[in-house]
Amino acid sequence: MEWIQQLVNGISIGSIYALIALGYTMVYGIIKLINFAHGDVFMLGAFIGFYAIARWEMNVFLALVLAMILCAVIGVIIERIAYKRLRNATRIAALITAIGVSLLIEYTVIFFRGASPEAYPNVFSKTNFEIFGVQISTLSIFILSISIFLMILLQFIVHKTKIGKAMRAVSHDADAAKLMGINVDNTISATFAIGSALAGAAGVIFGIYYTRIDPLMGMLPGIKAFIAAVLGGIGIIPGAMVGGLLLGVVETIVSALGYSLWRDAAAFVILILILIIRPAGIFGKNTREKV
Amino acid sequence: MKKSKIFWGYAVLALVIYVVVQLLINNGFVAFYYQNMLIAMCINIMLAVSLHVIIGITGQFSIGHAGFLAVGAYISAICTMKLGLPFVTAILIGAVVAALAGLLVGIPTLRLKGDYLAIATLGFAEIIRIVFLNVDYVGGAAGISVTHQSTWTYAFFGTFITILVIANFTNSRHGRACISIREDEIAADAMGINTTYYKVVAFAIGSFFAGVAGAIYAHNYYLIQPTAFGFLKSFDILIFVVLGGLGSLSGSVIAAILLTIVSTYLQGFPETRMIIYSLVLILVMLYRPTGLLGTKEITEFFKFGKKGGTRV
Repeated sequence: MEWIQQLVNGISIGSIYALIALGYTMVYGIIKLINFAHGDVFMLGAFIGFYAIARWEMNVFLALVLAMILCAVIGVIIERIAYKRLRNATRIAALITAIGVSLLIEYTVIFFRGASPEAYPNVFSKTNFEIFGVQISTLSIFILSISIFLMILLQFIVHKTKIGKAMRAVSHDADAAKLMGINVDNTISATFAIGSALAGAAGVIFGIYYTRIDPLMGMLPGIKAFIAAVLGGIGIIPGAMVGGLLLGVVETIVSALGYSLWRDAAAFVILILILIIRPAGIFGKNTREKV
Repeated sequence: MKKSKIFWGYAVLALVIYVVVQLLINNGFVAFYYQNMLIAMCINIMLAVSLHVIIGITGQFSIGHAGFLAVGAYISAICTMKLGLPFVTAILIGAVVAALAGLLVGIPTLRLKGDYLAIATLGFAEIIRIVFLNVDYVGGAAGISVTHQSTWTYAFFGTFITILVIANFTNSRHGRACISIREDEIAADAMGINTTYYKVVAFAIGSFFAGVAGAIYAHNYYLIQPTAFGFLKSFDILIFVVLGGLGSLSGSVIAAILLTIVSTYLQGFPETRMIIYSLVLILVMLYRPTGLLGTKEITEFFKFGKKGGTRV
């Protein structure tokens, strides 16, 4: 039973990683940029949620929606100001800009409110359900249901709507999509908006789960989410979900075995192994590079 | 013939600078604060130049350079503090172990390209940091205390040898092979260049000198902790190289000197320092993606009236 308990915890953390990873994978799929600032949008989401709940006394769900909307706006602004000019620049230039944007967001937040951590208010009473001898808290159920809902919503947007179709077309071949009359700029902005909204939601959930947020918290989950995206096969949406959940479960197992200090190293070892053994990820097809 | 004349000119100039500064220090004209700044400058130049071999010359986008710095720092600290070896031996051992770490990272990850290589090297650097964090022999999170042994002489000769080796490497046959890999790996391969071999060599050289820098770093700051070698340190080093110009040795040196001065004066305001850093980084990338000097060397700007001909 102990193991199932750990599995539930792992899935809870994993679904947070999965939500961030979805944004990474969508952005990477469409403009081939590792958006390092994505982890910081996640941090901003956590802070917006915090202020909404603790200072403006909002309902959790309202706070979640507010964080998602504001993060979407922030994501689009970042894309328009920093990344748009770099569409045709080298990959290195784009990656370094992303690192710069990430540092800028972190230290601007520190500049305005200091680096001290903030304690998230308790929004859920500690009631536990017992299902087949496994204790499941309302919090885990909340996290899981929100994540699953958002993922289904994303699948719906990507596969059933017009903007989703445009996104898939641009990620397949941006030039051809442009010739077919798709507004590539708007599609990329929409991708950033959706990805950032998911990161914002993940930020609020993270805050509620760990009850401790600080301006530098985006770094590690951001990179872990990228690992999750690579694990599942970058650019593939179900891959990001599976990768995130898998990473969360592996981390919890490593912690449960008593190696909690090595938890972060485990994520990087997974990254390096997957890059060496199967660079296309679990769901990706191995394609040979054309010369 | 002419080239070697220029080379000796620079070498003599560098030695003159060394002697002048050393005399000033001996006569007490340079306060301890500024001595420290000079040593920090030398360490940053070494780091920038060693990363320049990997990113600027060979075009392998590695953003985990702080990992090699950490290896050099910790191994040399173990040598002097635990094993009681002399400082020079410790520097050499630290550098060799860092070079081995470079080989270890280089060989498996070299089938990766661009972004994937970047993220894999970042991962390796983090793993190195977490290993040092969890090994009690080196003090874990509390760190290891080190006696102050770095002087201007060590820092200067470390930098001098680093620049000497890397400048000569760049101008050699092997350096040109590395440059061809940067320009177009597939074409270089087709021309018969053993791309894997040169990429590994570049990684090993870069990490070797990062190890030297690490040894001098460790013996300058009394205490080394794993937190000093995180993402931010790697990004700091990356900023030197990128700002100076990817592919320009003098550019990285100048950027390292300038940014050391700026960050020393902004030490009292760490948030402002990082905001300025990141803004500069973004603006340079948006308006001048090749960095301040591009792939040119500073000396090329002083050759008036010699336009045209074969410039390499």
